[in-house]
Amino acid sequence: MKIDIILAGVGGQGILSIAAVIGEAALSQGLFMKQSEVHGMSQRGGDVQSNLRISDRVIYSDLIPAGKADLVLALEPMEALRYLPYLSAEGWLVSNSVPYVNIPNYPEEDKLKESIARFQRKVILDVDSIAREAGSVRAANMVLLGAACPFLRLDYSGLQQAVRRIFERKGEAVVELNLNALSMGKALAEQEFKP
Amino acid sequence: MNSKLLLLADEAVAQAALDAGISGVYAYPGTPSTEITEYIQSSDKAQRENIHRNWSANEKTAMEAAMGMAFAGKRALVCMKHVGVNVAADPLMNSSISGVVGGLVFVAADDPSMHSSQNEQDSRFYGRFAMIPVLEPSSQQEAYDMTYYGFELSEKLGFPVMLRITTRLAHSRSGVVRREERAQNKLRFSDDPRQFVLLPVNARQRYKKLLAAQQDMQALSEALSFNAFSPGKDLSKGVVACGIAYNYLMENFPEGCPFPVLKVGQYPLPKTAIAHLLENCGEVVVLEEGSPLVEEMIAGLLNQGSKVTGRLSGLLPRDGELNPDIVAAAFGLKTTKLFEKPEVVMPRPPALCQGCGHRDMYDALNAAIAEYGERVKVFGDIGCYTLGYLPPFKALHACLDMGASITMAKGAADAGLEYAVAVIGDSTFTHSGMTSLLDAVYENSPITVIISDNEVAAMTGGQDSPGTGRLEAICAGLGVEPEHIRSLVPLKKNHDEMVQVIKEEMNYRGVSVIIPRRACIHALNRKKNSKQ
Repeated sequence: MKIDIILAGVGGQGILSIAAVIGEAALSQGLFMKQSEVHGMSQRGGDVQSNLRISDRVIYSDLIPAGKADLVLALEPMEALRYLPYLSAEGWLVSNSVPYVNIPNYPEEDKLKESIARFQRKVILDVDSIAREAGSVRAANMVLLGAACPFLRLDYSGLQQAVRRIFERKGEAVVELNLNALSMGKALAEQEFKP
Repeated sequence: MNSKLLLLADEAVAQAALDAGISGVYAYPGTPSTEITEYIQSSDKAQRENIHRNWSANEKTAMEAAMGMAFAGKRALVCMKHVGVNVAADPLMNSSISGVVGGLVFVAADDPSMHSSQNEQDSRFYGRFAMIPVLEPSSQQEAYDMTYYGFELSEKLGFPVMLRITTRLAHSRSGVVRREERAQNKLRFSDDPRQFVLLPVNARQRYKKLLAAQQDMQALSEALSFNAFSPGKDLSKGVVACGIAYNYLMENFPEGCPFPVLKVGQYPLPKTAIAHLLENCGEVVVLEEGSPLVEEMIAGLLNQGSKVTGRLSGLLPRDGELNPDIVAAAFGLKTTKLFEKPEVVMPRPPALCQGCGHRDMYDALNAAIAEYGERVKVFGDIGCYTLGYLPPFKALHACLDMGASITMAKGAADAGLEYAVAVIGDSTFTHSGMTSLLDAVYENSPITVIISDNEVAAMTGGQDSPGTGRLEAICAGLGVEPEHIRSLVPLKKNHDEMVQVIKEEMNYRGVSVIIPRRACIHALNRKKNSKQ
């Protein structure tokens, strides 16, 4: 068993919380994992990514080789496309549909949509709106993680426990918000897409 | 104790140092080393046992304080990014002459590919230069084990030990198993009163001790403690894989590498195993992160016979960090990239945050200097505000190293530049700008220094800055005329006032310091959140 995931977004969007939840869940199931992150200068509104690798065998590289990722999980659509070269033939793209425009030359909306449409194996959701429905747009990252559940091959209860552990110091209301966001994302992905 | 902790390699280093019984960590924040000290600062044990964990003013003061602790017989960890090693180079080079009583592990965190740095220098050169052992982990577990062992090694040899990590490992998480906790050392001093007094008469003796210790260090490396040799059937190639480069090799050979491999984790290099590879293999491929240090050592200046390949020979790129794909190409293996990055994908460079005080400072500076054209140059420094070079500000003409804004402005003024402006942050100013300012005061150089004060070291995540609340007093103490120390609040509503002040001070033909002061918005938010 092996899952290689590239998490992508813009600095400050919260991809590292997604990584932390998946990582906790994987470790509690006795799996090997490595997760590389970006700190420092790029966090100032630049593109950020995290390579997350889970396996039942020893993992060597902290970085996923090109063409080997099982999943690109993105909180921003242009950032999702940036990592297409890492996807394997069976790989899936799971992304937020809402652009984060903080550069003057951000692509036009229809050109971006066209590029995404060309890619077949994908789940594209407006996770911002779903998160708002769940209680707060700040839980958008957990909606996205929920939407990735069908592709993750990890125990859902393990993910729920990891959410609880990671957010518990912020209080029960924050835990419930994030669990709710997780389950809404999962339900939507399962409803619309069968991997 | 047996359950795995999920740790960044930085955090694994910190946990190992706590378990190895340190009495203090000394550091200045710098990517990718910052999280080591932060982990210790947030540890219950450090609080309970009162382990020293405050930030130092710079890497030199950090290393010197750590040497004081090692002088007093206790264990000290000192951490910095690679360019910080330059700042700490003076105490580092002399620490191997004096040696230590308590164990000292010196962590150098290198940044190949310059993710967040101005160069990609390789700290292993410093380890070799100082003639001390260098440990180079390939995994988070090794980062833990080597740090733990590093303290034992340092005390056994009586010299500091360097641990060299790189960004990719420093900022990658994995499961780590801890070892038994050791108690801190008791206060204890050297039996030799000459040891730490490096007068020539003593230093000559100490240097002989360091030279003699080289044999012990070599013997430890030969015993393959953190160097591992694995035989292979295919002798057309042999591989020397240093630190994290080993991972990229094995990633490409999941069923085992067909070639003999020497995994290097401890320097000086193990000669016997390398000689074995050279004698028995058609080619020796050296995989190393950073500079071709090992390749050049093995190949020699002329590489006669051309058996040794790597970054220097052109087999691998000379610059930038390695990855599995680059290493695959070096072994002629195919990568399986199926999709190209679509053309609509634009680069998204980092930028100053919306609402950041540096933005208001740059808006005012640009408005103030507009009329002077080529008669003004702005010398930048190291921090978030270096992003003022990028659009929309395009405000900087130089950025060299910590503190250089002030001294370069002075030198350019010496050369005849009419308006020399320095832009430096508060933490960078107290790190290395104060002596620069003293040079300018000494000669009453016509320079304008803007200390853009956000009251934290912001780029590295908002660490405390020892100079917070003291900047005006420091500048006055260094001799800047009080009427030319101007404090401002960088807000849109104060734009005109700021422009006016900058113009006035530029036209004063002596040293002026302008201090736009407004707290970093991120640090402010974090403070609010932690209070809730």
